[in-house]
Amino acid sequence: MNAERVAVVGIGQTKYSAVRGDVSLPGLLREAAYRALEDAQLTMDDIDAVVVGKAPDFFEGVMMPETYLADALGAVGKPLFRVHTAGSVGGSTALVAASHVQAGLHQRVLTLAWEQQSVSEAMWALSFPVPFRQQLVAGAGGYFAPFIREYMRRSGAPDDVGVLVALKDRLNALKNPYAHLHETEITYDSVKDSFMLWEPIRYSETCPSSDGAVAMVLAAESAAEASAAASGVPPAWVQGTSMRSEPATASGRDQISPRAGSQCAADVFAQAGISDPLQDIDMVEMYVPFSWYEPMWLENLGFAPEGDGWKMTESGRTAMDGDLPVNCSGGVLSSNPIGASGMIRFAEAALQVRNRAGAHQVDGVRRALGHAYGGAGQFFAMWVVGTDKP
Amino acid sequence: MRDVAIVSVAQTDHVRAEPRRNEVEMVQPVIQAALERIGAQISDIGFTCSGSSDYLAGQAFSFVMTLDAVGAWPPIAESHVEMDGAWALYEAWVKIQARQADTALVYGYSKSSPGDLPRVLTRQLDPYYYAPLWPDSVAMAALQARAMLDSGAITETEMAEIAHRSRTAAESNPHAQLKGSPPPEELLAGDYVAEPLRRHDCPPITDGGVAVVLAAGDRARQWADRPAWITGIDHRVDSHNFGARDLTRAPSVAIAARNAGVGYGAVEVAELCAPFTHQEKILRTELSLDDDVVVNPSGGALAANPIMGAGLIRLGEVAQRIMSGEVRRGLAHATSGQLLQQNLVAVLEGDS
Amino acid sequence: MGERDDPAGDRSVAAMPEGLWTQPPVEVPELDMEQVRRVTEPATLVYTYTPGLAQTRFLRGLQEGRILGERAEGATDVYVTGRGMDPVLGRATTESVEVGPNATVTAFCVVHIGFGEKAPPTPFVSALIRPDGAAVSLYGTVLGIPYDEVRIGMRVRPVWLPESERSATFECITHWEPIDEPDVPAEELKGHM
Repeated sequence: MNAERVAVVGIGQTKYSAVRGDVSLPGLLREAAYRALEDAQLTMDDIDAVVVGKAPDFFEGVMMPETYLADALGAVGKPLFRVHTAGSVGGSTALVAASHVQAGLHQRVLTLAWEQQSVSEAMWALSFPVPFRQQLVAGAGGYFAPFIREYMRRSGAPDDVGVLVALKDRLNALKNPYAHLHETEITYDSVKDSFMLWEPIRYSETCPSSDGAVAMVLAAESAAEASAAASGVPPAWVQGTSMRSEPATASGRDQISPRAGSQCAADVFAQAGISDPLQDIDMVEMYVPFSWYEPMWLENLGFAPEGDGWKMTESGRTAMDGDLPVNCSGGVLSSNPIGASGMIRFAEAALQVRNRAGAHQVDGVRRALGHAYGGAGQFFAMWVVGTDKP
Repeated sequence: MRDVAIVSVAQTDHVRAEPRRNEVEMVQPVIQAALERIGAQISDIGFTCSGSSDYLAGQAFSFVMTLDAVGAWPPIAESHVEMDGAWALYEAWVKIQARQADTALVYGYSKSSPGDLPRVLTRQLDPYYYAPLWPDSVAMAALQARAMLDSGAITETEMAEIAHRSRTAAESNPHAQLKGSPPPEELLAGDYVAEPLRRHDCPPITDGGVAVVLAAGDRARQWADRPAWITGIDHRVDSHNFGARDLTRAPSVAIAARNAGVGYGAVEVAELCAPFTHQEKILRTELSLDDDVVVNPSGGALAANPIMGAGLIRLGEVAQRIMSGEVRRGLAHATSGQLLQQNLVAVLEGDS
Repeated sequence: MGERDDPAGDRSVAAMPEGLWTQPPVEVPELDMEQVRRVTEPATLVYTYTPGLAQTRFLRGLQEGRILGERAEGATDVYVTGRGMDPVLGRATTESVEVGPNATVTAFCVVHIGFGEKAPPTPFVSALIRPDGAAVSLYGTVLGIPYDEVRIGMRVRPVWLPESERSATFECITHWEPIDEPDVPAEELKGHM
């Protein structure tokens, strides 16, 4: 017996911004949840279980906030599950929710991820000082920037590829009403001339710090078809799911192209029956918090041979009108409520498959990849969604 | 549903404070022991999942360093919940049911000693209306105990008897932190900590961890002579609105018990995660346990309460009694949040 | 540990150049009363941390002016700033092995915005540095050379605080400085960052 089929039938996002001072934390979540339920033509009563995820609890200053949020999430009397896998958590949460349906336990699962970064100071919540630990005087970007430099060295990429990624993603964000950054005046020169933070990373090549939430309704086959019939929007069928982790520091580890990432991608493509990802995947939403991670992940995921990822970016193949559009939503570079960022990738991939992405819709998306990573480039979560049942 | 069993369990000797070892140094020996007991290696495991809390550790992403204890190289399929390890087990069980794995390693742990636990746990409450008042976890539990006493659901003598029975039972548990108890009369002569709770009504503060291995079907039979099959498991949550709730009840327990099929057979042993004495009575009522059920032969959370591990330990304790042939069918319960707000119930059975 | 949720309070982003990461105005629907947009609830929790066995050995070593790595029984890889585990084997490291002090820069970036009081004047180089004999690298700053002359593969040595000023902290090594040895080919550093 195979696992049950599962599909995305509802997607809801809040407007992402630096501060959502107009809503409480429960209000923020309900905004996303109601939009997802409306999209699926369902109500809270139709939901069998709720699966939530977010990154460190210190962001909102609430320990294990799911117990506090049980009422707001309509979860009282139902299973309520909380995932935390660092930056990949939004993706992992969607996968845990999907497995609840795949296991045959539930017909309809509501899954949410969020972060209210404005509530505390982000750099503090991520890594406040612990006395015996080394304090990185370089900040968060100082952790990742050395690996970007090493990628540039290995690949021989020209030093403006990161600028091109940032420009592309921020221009895409102008087509996405939910995106945090809407930089209408952005140009190649404005990115290139922006403040150098962690050379080779410029300010305009880094993600913002956002408040926001995203929700999805996942449904078993018959429930998905019923929702689709009611809403008139096709489901996005989950064709493959995978998680992989590796230690933060291990002899033989390569942070430029982590094995956990490539193995996770190979697994998810195999499940979806994909032998040539570049041919078979129509668009990708990948987790790119610093611009250079686009070419790095293109190689890591198997869309480009080692050392060639930057050529895809440079030649425009990852633009909206390229043969592998990447981050049409504007990506993490345009909206980054950390705990939600992974699930936003998964949801945007499903939006494209359902032909509901509006101004940032790519024509004829039959199969899309959602990708999330976290920690020291060590936790990966991915799914492939498509128009066809697996 | 696939047949899935607990086939191996290991836990730390639980202590008030583990002053020398950090979290990963504390939990690694039990992860290794759980695997070694069945001759398994991490490469034999299809999915790994853990439960822990950053607020207890006082460090963001504290679970990341614990992954070093697993040997996740080459990379492994792995996830983490900011919940008791019992929910990590649930996620692993779901993964196996979804045919994404046949085997799983699950662990839960915490060191509560770095912080002031009753104060830390206030951060778990509604941040707008409850948390600013800093009601510590003992005071919160006392509100519930008061409601129990006022409604006639329990007496202070019964509470003392639960404490005495639990900690006396813990004398035969090599891992327990508190073992032995004065008789109930003597306990009742003690001072209140937060009236109506006396010291004996409260759990100890504990550093510790636990690891279990799950396996499906034939793999379980290869790894254990007598696997502890999980024949039912469910978890449910109640309202966080404590002021609007009947604190003497935990409706989520009854729902989870029904879905786990507790009533489909006789329960010989029950391991209940009731950190405070009066909570055992709530659980017994919601679970409709007969008086002859052996409750908490390990001593329960009153004998050792490593938060984030205490629920998974309940599953492990029942599993070990089934694997040893001591009992055939048992019930395990885990809780999350305060005042038994969120509850997981599992039924474990051995082959007859 | 203190939790702060006052946006005007002490935030390290306040050290950012003017205009960076500013917040757009919040659009709020009209109410017949002023909306409460923020409730500030100061919260302080005090933690006493345990470095653990391995970290204690490492920090005591630094105090003595030595870089002590850690190795699991029967293993070859030496981990530095280890947390007590060989993460590949999932086994405790039980053996102290002195590494360095000479070391190789395996990767680096140039930092133009420092965080915290201990940050050197910008721009400075933050690097991954592999002490000789260690399997992995640790973070450090490289000074004593113009920042634009630092290279992957460059050889460096630690600069220590005077012995009388050392305590069991990372700050025993103030920074790293170049030594006159040929660069290590970058290809040999893969897997050791």
